Amino acid sequence: MSKPLLEVTDLERHFEGLKAVDGITFQVAPHEVVSIIGPNGSGKTTTLNLVTGTIRANGGTIVLDGRDIGHADTARIAEDGVARTFQNGRVFPTLSVADNIEVGIHSTLHASRPFRSLSHLFLLRWIPLLAELFVAIFGTPGARRERQQIDATVQEEIARFEARLGSRRDDPAYTLSYANRRRTEIARALALKPKLLVLDEPTAGMNQSETAEVLDQLLQLKADGQTILLVEHKLDLVMTVSDRVIVMDGGRIIAQGKPDAVRQNPAVIEAYLGRRRGLGGEDLR
Amino acid sequence: MLDTLIAGVLRGNVYALGAVGISLVFGVMNVVNFAQFSFFGLGAMFTWFFVVKLGLPFWAALPLVLVLCALIGLAINTAVVRPLAKYLPLAAMLSTYAVALILDNASQMFFGATSRVFPQVLPTSNLHIGNMRFGTADVVMLGITAFVLVVMSLFLKYGNLGRGIRATAQDQEAALQMGIPVALVQNLSFVIASALGGLAGIFIALYVGVADPASGINTGMSAFVAATLGGLGSLLGAVIGGFVLGILESYGVYLFGGSADQIIVFVILLAVLVIRPGGLLGKVPLISSEPLTGTFLGKGRPIRIPKWVWPVAFVVGGIVIPLVSNDYLLSTGTQVLVYAIIGAGFTVTAGQAGVMALGQAGPIAIGAYTSALITLHLHVPFWVALPIAGITAAVIASILSAPIWGVKGHYISIATLGIGIVIVAAIQLIIPMGIQGIPWPQIGDTVLFSARDFYFIDFGVLVLTLLVMWRIRRSHLGRVISSVGADEVAALASGVRVRDYKALAFAISAFFAGLGGSLLAHQYTYIDTTIFSMLMSLLVVTIVILGGVNLPYGAVVGAIILIGGLEALRFTDELRIIIYGLVLILAVRFRPGGILVRNS
Repeated sequence: MSKPLLEVTDLERHFEGLKAVDGITFQVAPHEVVSIIGPNGSGKTTTLNLVTGTIRANGGTIVLDGRDIGHADTARIAEDGVARTFQNGRVFPTLSVADNIEVGIHSTLHASRPFRSLSHLFLLRWIPLLAELFVAIFGTPGARRERQQIDATVQEEIARFEARLGSRRDDPAYTLSYANRRRTEIARALALKPKLLVLDEPTAGMNQSETAEVLDQLLQLKADGQTILLVEHKLDLVMTVSDRVIVMDGGRIIAQGKPDAVRQNPAVIEAYLGRRRGLGGEDLR
Repeated sequence: MLDTLIAGVLRGNVYALGAVGISLVFGVMNVVNFAQFSFFGLGAMFTWFFVVKLGLPFWAALPLVLVLCALIGLAINTAVVRPLAKYLPLAAMLSTYAVALILDNASQMFFGATSRVFPQVLPTSNLHIGNMRFGTADVVMLGITAFVLVVMSLFLKYGNLGRGIRATAQDQEAALQMGIPVALVQNLSFVIASALGGLAGIFIALYVGVADPASGINTGMSAFVAATLGGLGSLLGAVIGGFVLGILESYGVYLFGGSADQIIVFVILLAVLVIRPGGLLGKVPLISSEPLTGTFLGKGRPIRIPKWVWPVAFVVGGIVIPLVSNDYLLSTGTQVLVYAIIGAGFTVTAGQAGVMALGQAGPIAIGAYTSALITLHLHVPFWVALPIAGITAAVIASILSAPIWGVKGHYISIATLGIGIVIVAAIQLIIPMGIQGIPWPQIGDTVLFSARDFYFIDFGVLVLTLLVMWRIRRSHLGRVISSVGADEVAALASGVRVRDYKALAFAISAFFAGLGGSLLAHQYTYIDTTIFSMLMSLLVVTIVILGGVNLPYGAVVGAIILIGGLEALRFTDELRIIIYGLVLILAVRFRPGGILVRNS
């Protein structure tokens, strides 16, 4: 395996005594699609929230592309190339579909955001803020060129879901169906051109044909070489799209490996089906 | 020192009663109830009326007042607040402000607008422990509060409806599904809150010895701060917050003097909010399950404005009106224009960044005072002072607000309200007398002092303001600021530094507020801090909400209706505020997203 893109070591997070994530270690290699599965409450979403900086870890390290991001803030992690979607879908309800996607491009822009390297520094952050305001009001040739790039990227991402989002480009996101909101969210995440795409149950609440559609899109992304960390309950989809599967239970990793190997793993069967049935099956043999 | 403690406990007693009412209503309806403030004044005035005018004994007047307040509360809730809370908590909050205006003015019409000496119905300094003096009145007040609070907590814990109140506070939808009569629960909470407010009002009158119809707003503000301090929605928190605030405030006044009173109250609040963003007992969820700030934004589409409207509006507003109008109309026009400038600049904070700041009077005052001082003492020309006023307002407001951008939801509104009040109170401390003789603008040797001159200046600034806001909204920056208001968590995940963009939006709004302040100062030629009141802040908020909180040009429409409307009603001085309040309620009722926004 080549040098990992994401390296998580001994990651821990507890909520008032409950160990939601209890010392897990895993890697994701470049161009790899890794899925995390496990029963409800096993710590999958918490793991994603930790990796993307949405909540802070109590212990352990997270290294992305050789850089420690364990203590970085969410915005910084996004700038470093991690984009995500949320379990229940979080679009910007009052913004149009196109504007939702444009916000996703934010961390890749330069001409519209002069001096942006100062934006994490105390007090000095006002320099890029005011510069950005200046560019917004008066415009610069560079910003106008970048505007064309923004529009092109937005068009490209909408084209990915052309049949669904094409005609709704300028509709506010709160008017969209649930599935279309999820698509908008995925488009927004991809607009960031992320090194690592983190998807939290992208097909939750979708019917079979919509799920199949998402599966096709995931396979397309995989073919394009996109690295993906995925949490998903629909095992068919997971087994089809994943290079590797990580199984969590009670905040720990109980198994990981190729989809077929994991499927046969007794610990996994036990976690999903319960001890008695899992062992009972063997007793009968 | 011990006397100060006693004073603090008595003060805290009043705050605690008021805060419990505010927290109770907030818990079950998610509405900050400004009408509650009026009950402090009403309670005191009713008692005065019964005891002094009708000669009833105090003990007979007490229950009468409570029942009256409760009934008024019930009427307000069924007629105004409940129907609105369903649409938009913000609209309901605004309507409670309108109700407060109506109640205060009705009370002043009925009882007269002067403060009355309240009879000493109970001795106030007949007892002592050691050398600490106090009176039967104090013991009675504390006793009644203790009794009321114990009964209430038992009712909430064991009573059927009490359990209903707690259930509704936690999840209104689920409570409704379980067959809890939510309407009844909300009415009951409102009734209890109103009666508690009335009781607190009686206590103020007993304690101070004066019944004042206008006393509601200050006490109400402090009670509101106490409720926030404890954590909105937490009743125990409200009681603790009330006493903590009362005692700290008394010691603060003891140390720094009474003129620092408001500064002390709000500095305590800001300190608590920065350290514990949900108040002392409140909990802030780790990841907000839904965008908290987004709940402020109405979901509706702006009405499409045909392109020809803009040049027509420009010609009518900039040429026709100033040519055909008389001085009276034009001076009203200047007011409309200045508030339109402030309001249009405010939409980037209130609408796009989703921060419903309630203290815009603060930056307006900074702009006015800066411009007045540097033109008077440094002889800076008006045209230079104007932008300096805006920049100063933006810089000072940004420095003061720097710690608060991590505060979430309703609390950030309250924090900005605190900042506004602290700014004005601090100016009052530094420059107690007001400033007169502020010079008129000049072009060359021509002095511009007529209403028409000011109309043209204000119109020019408004056009520039709208242009800037239009440029910002169309830019990438505009979309990014809007994303912050729409969903903070998602914005962060897209690499948007949420706090910074809120701060930037607030700075932009403060800049335009400062410009507005400067324009007002040179028009009035005299300013003092009474101009930059809480009412001014709320007027700005009302203007943008009325026009559509996300639409800069909506602020122009809002200003025309509110400022122009108030002026048009000047012929009926006393009914003016009442009619204004009613219009506000109706507008919010039928267009909760704003006049230029279609309901969805």
